[in-house]
Amino acid sequence: MVSFVEAYFAPKKDIPRRVYLSVSTLVGVLGLAFWCVLAYGGLVRPDFLPTPVAVAKAAIAGAEDGSLFVNTYVSVSEIMTGFVLATVLAVPLGILMGSFKIVEAGIEPVTNFVRYLPVSALIPLLILWVGIDMWEKVAVIFIGTFFQQLILIADVSRSVSHDLLDVSYTLGANRRTVVTRVLIPATMPGVMDTLRVTLGWAWTYLVVAELVAANKGLGYFILNSMRGLYTDQIFLGIMVIGLLGLIADQLFKFGRNWLLPWATNL
Amino acid sequence: MAKLRIDNVALRFMRRGGSPVTALEKISLDVEENEFSVIVGPSGCGKTSLLRLVAGLIEPSEGAVYLDGHAVTKPGRDRGMVFQSYTLFPWLRVAENVEFGLKIAGIETGERRRIALRYISQVGLDGFERAYPKELSGGMMQRVALARALANDPEVLLMDEPFGALDSQTRSLMQELLLKIWERAHKTVLFITHDIDEAILLGDRVYVMTARPGRIKEEVDIDIPRPRTVELLTSERFIVIKRRIMALIHEEAVRALA
Repeated sequence: MVSFVEAYFAPKKDIPRRVYLSVSTLVGVLGLAFWCVLAYGGLVRPDFLPTPVAVAKAAIAGAEDGSLFVNTYVSVSEIMTGFVLATVLAVPLGILMGSFKIVEAGIEPVTNFVRYLPVSALIPLLILWVGIDMWEKVAVIFIGTFFQQLILIADVSRSVSHDLLDVSYTLGANRRTVVTRVLIPATMPGVMDTLRVTLGWAWTYLVVAELVAANKGLGYFILNSMRGLYTDQIFLGIMVIGLLGLIADQLFKFGRNWLLPWATNL
Repeated sequence: MAKLRIDNVALRFMRRGGSPVTALEKISLDVEENEFSVIVGPSGCGKTSLLRLVAGLIEPSEGAVYLDGHAVTKPGRDRGMVFQSYTLFPWLRVAENVEFGLKIAGIETGERRRIALRYISQVGLDGFERAYPKELSGGMMQRVALARALANDPEVLLMDEPFGALDSQTRSLMQELLLKIWERAHKTVLFITHDIDEAILLGDRVYVMTARPGRIKEEVDIDIPRPRTVELLTSERFIVIKRRIMALIHEEAVRALA
């Protein structure tokens, strides 16, 4: 036992891959077991906590009538649209904002104001302006992620080493070259990390938007299930969101290592 | 005419509260063509600022810097620089880093690859052409930085404590490497350090700077014949010069504390 602690509890030390996977699996299995005990043991009412089998059945039913796919597809396309629009604007603008004081002076005060407005508070206004279709969700996601991305990417751009830019000048680069060939590539790992984090936030805003007003989507699916006390479906909806988040995160991780092999690996 | 002339240069800036600080005061010095000049001084004396002035990265408050008789107004490829911090482009492989200056100068691929390989070989990194900077040690990164500066074939090579962040064994290897390269190519070099041994070992001439406001306190000729090696560090001649420079710096350190 002592040797186990000795070997695997040293701060920041790597552990064997096998041990890593075993621990991950074990915790997953324990969580599932805990759930089973609560549900099958009758410790919690079934309309409060569905059994794992009930959730699986709900998934099969949802797959058979297609509702699960439709709702997932709607949510994913809303999130992708809003997130891509926000990213396309926030990345260039954030890089400029972090490196050009004049851009910062123009944008930062407004951004910091909007950034602290809870997006959920804007939903009624957005419903009034945009309606309750897909574009309202897109607008919520856009506002929720764009301003956060802007500030985070500006910080990434600001922290690019001055010496890196200076050495480029001494190698004969002009300002334009320094921006396109040095500043922008230097920000890429930080930009990827920012996107990865803000995509998680985008999911939160989407579900909030769908809970308020929607007739499709995973948030709507969850809310609608609550009305009929279909707890199994609520669980299903939540799990699908979690799973999609996990997949997106892994994609980002692999994408970063693949696109930026020169950066420190995640 | 001196290759590089620093003429009555002063540098002042405002502190946050508005009180003026004089970082450099009336500095004049000439670096002759093919000469290895070293500026040595206590930390905070403004020696890095002086080098950045020569590079054109900052502007003097007074005076001017001339390269081949032309006033320096902005950075340019005629004044290559090696920094103390690691400044390789992490997204470029070793060869691409060395080629950076050649590429933006519009030199075609084959030619610039040939030049890059030559300098990579000179700094002893054959076989590392395709490595990314993250795979290199600190000493290797500085060797690439040196190769990158040399590949541009600058009129003057500026070096700002390039070995300052390295451990002492690596540092002396780097000093020997630099000596070897320099003794072959005789570039005009302006080198900054706070390490007296390094200054004497490398330089034809050593300028001792005062504590802030930085001025040139004294110019010391290093009349030790080349080729030089690190064995020199224990020779009598070396120690005599070292004692003299140490005394000058000691005076300054005491004055700065007073």
